[in-house]
Amino acid sequence: MLDGLLDNPVLTQAVPEATLETLQMVGLSALITAVVGLPLGLLLHAVAPNGLRPLRAVRGPVGLVVNLGRSLPFIILAIALLPFTRAVVGTSLGWQAAVVPLSIGAIPFFARLVETAVREVDPGKVEAAQVMGSSRARVLLQVLVREALPSIVAGFTATVIALVAYSAMAGAIGGGGLGFLAISYGYQRFDTTVMVVCVVVIVVVVQAFQVVGDAVARRLDHR
Amino acid sequence: MIELSGLRKVYPAAAGDVVALDGIDLVVERGAVHGIVGRSGAGKSTLVRCLTGLERPTSGSVTVDGRVISALPEARLREARRAMGMVFQHVNLLDSRSVAANVAFPLEVAGVPRRRRAERVAELLELVGLGDRGTAYPAQLSGGQRQRVGIARALATEPAVLLCDEPTSALDSATTRQILGLVRDLRDRLGITVVIITHEMGVVREVCDSVTLLEHGRVVQSGRLDDVVTQAGSPLSNALIPVPDVPQDEARRLVEVTYATRTVPTHRALAAVAALGEEVDVVAGTIETLAGLRLGRLQLDLPHRRVAPALAALRDAGLDAREVA
Repeated sequence: MLDGLLDNPVLTQAVPEATLETLQMVGLSALITAVVGLPLGLLLHAVAPNGLRPLRAVRGPVGLVVNLGRSLPFIILAIALLPFTRAVVGTSLGWQAAVVPLSIGAIPFFARLVETAVREVDPGKVEAAQVMGSSRARVLLQVLVREALPSIVAGFTATVIALVAYSAMAGAIGGGGLGFLAISYGYQRFDTTVMVVCVVVIVVVVQAFQVVGDAVARRLDHR
Repeated sequence: MIELSGLRKVYPAAAGDVVALDGIDLVVERGAVHGIVGRSGAGKSTLVRCLTGLERPTSGSVTVDGRVISALPEARLREARRAMGMVFQHVNLLDSRSVAANVAFPLEVAGVPRRRRAERVAELLELVGLGDRGTAYPAQLSGGQRQRVGIARALATEPAVLLCDEPTSALDSATTRQILGLVRDLRDRLGITVVIITHEMGVVREVCDSVTLLEHGRVVQSGRLDDVVTQAGSPLSNALIPVPDVPQDEARRLVEVTYATRTVPTHRALAAVAALGEEVDVVAGTIETLAGLRLGRLQLDLPHRRVAPALAALRDAGLDAREVA
């Protein structure tokens, strides 16, 4: 049976290619999500009523946009964004194009996780830093972010894993990757073997992200 | 060193304004350990927040070490705060930083260069008796050790004032004594002015030179410890020299006698009580040494008809005596 698997060109060539595409898609989207989502999450916390700089005028609209991004099912968001994607990337096909809806879908998700992680930091620590004469920027970075870092890393791990799941849906509308392979062979051609292999690879990828994420979070956590 | 004048803080609320501080006047001398006591909700925490400038008074002024905290703009206030060290009930160390890095934090904020920081941190940890725990993380320390780190951190920038907000309320009694001993020792060595917010009278008895009692945002009683304890029948005197409750007999009366060795030695007080003769019995009493004074509070149980002559006889002997309601 193993010989049969290794002879199948779909499995020996298309699956590794698709895996690489998935990793590229997830990797770039994760990077963009971290760069945009982290400050966005901190902003959400900072302008909250008990935050460092309560600003109702900012909190309301930003919260609304974030919730909007969170409430749409990813597949619908991806389709709705097709014209935007085409305008930004020049095409709506391929893993590069998939990065646009993936990032836009994951940023609000991660931002809320960051907001929650930072909110869990004991206000007493913030007060202590303020009494020492810390500026707001110092409180934000050296107290809130640093103390919440283990939780932020855990949230980022969850986000990356969600991105792997979203990437399969992005594949369905032309993004490529393992999702595309699983749908075109497994669903449209009833090729169960390819389907199963794709599932196994996805499970392995998710597991790997989880293990690495947990290890990093543990290293950072001195509680 | 610290002067509060006409300090008021009102929190506006839909259901009516909440007056947290209602005209506080208070002076704390340089080098004193001053206790601020009161039940929860008396305004103690608001008072500290006004001292640190975390809260702006509604009216009145707060002056610390010559700076009018209540009038400083935000940027200058941050600088002024570095002249104050603060110790918290829950210590509030950063879990992500080692003990040494926690103590270094205020030095980083103050812009002290790295090498000088390391020297200062070593000095401070030595000062609080944790010279060998610099690389540990807060989670690895006991509650008492954590509070020592909190004190080292508060002293890092050589503040003129140390504010302690319920510093021992989360600690057991043996650790409490150690921490209070450290505070007094630091005051003696560094000449720092200390304000301790607490709801525990034991803390006041242990370390304070002077004390203020707050109730509903007002000062009820304030003064040097030896003065307030000798004000017989005053709330602080009663709280600092407690006598056990006694069940009262309908037919008899309770008379309370108080004295301080500054005016009457204990043997004279006891002799005066003994001279009242039969029918008068001591049912409860406390004799102790506080703020360098030997103090006594005795409760006498006697028949109704003997009250007036007993009060007169005790007062003749120089004792403070009064019928207890």
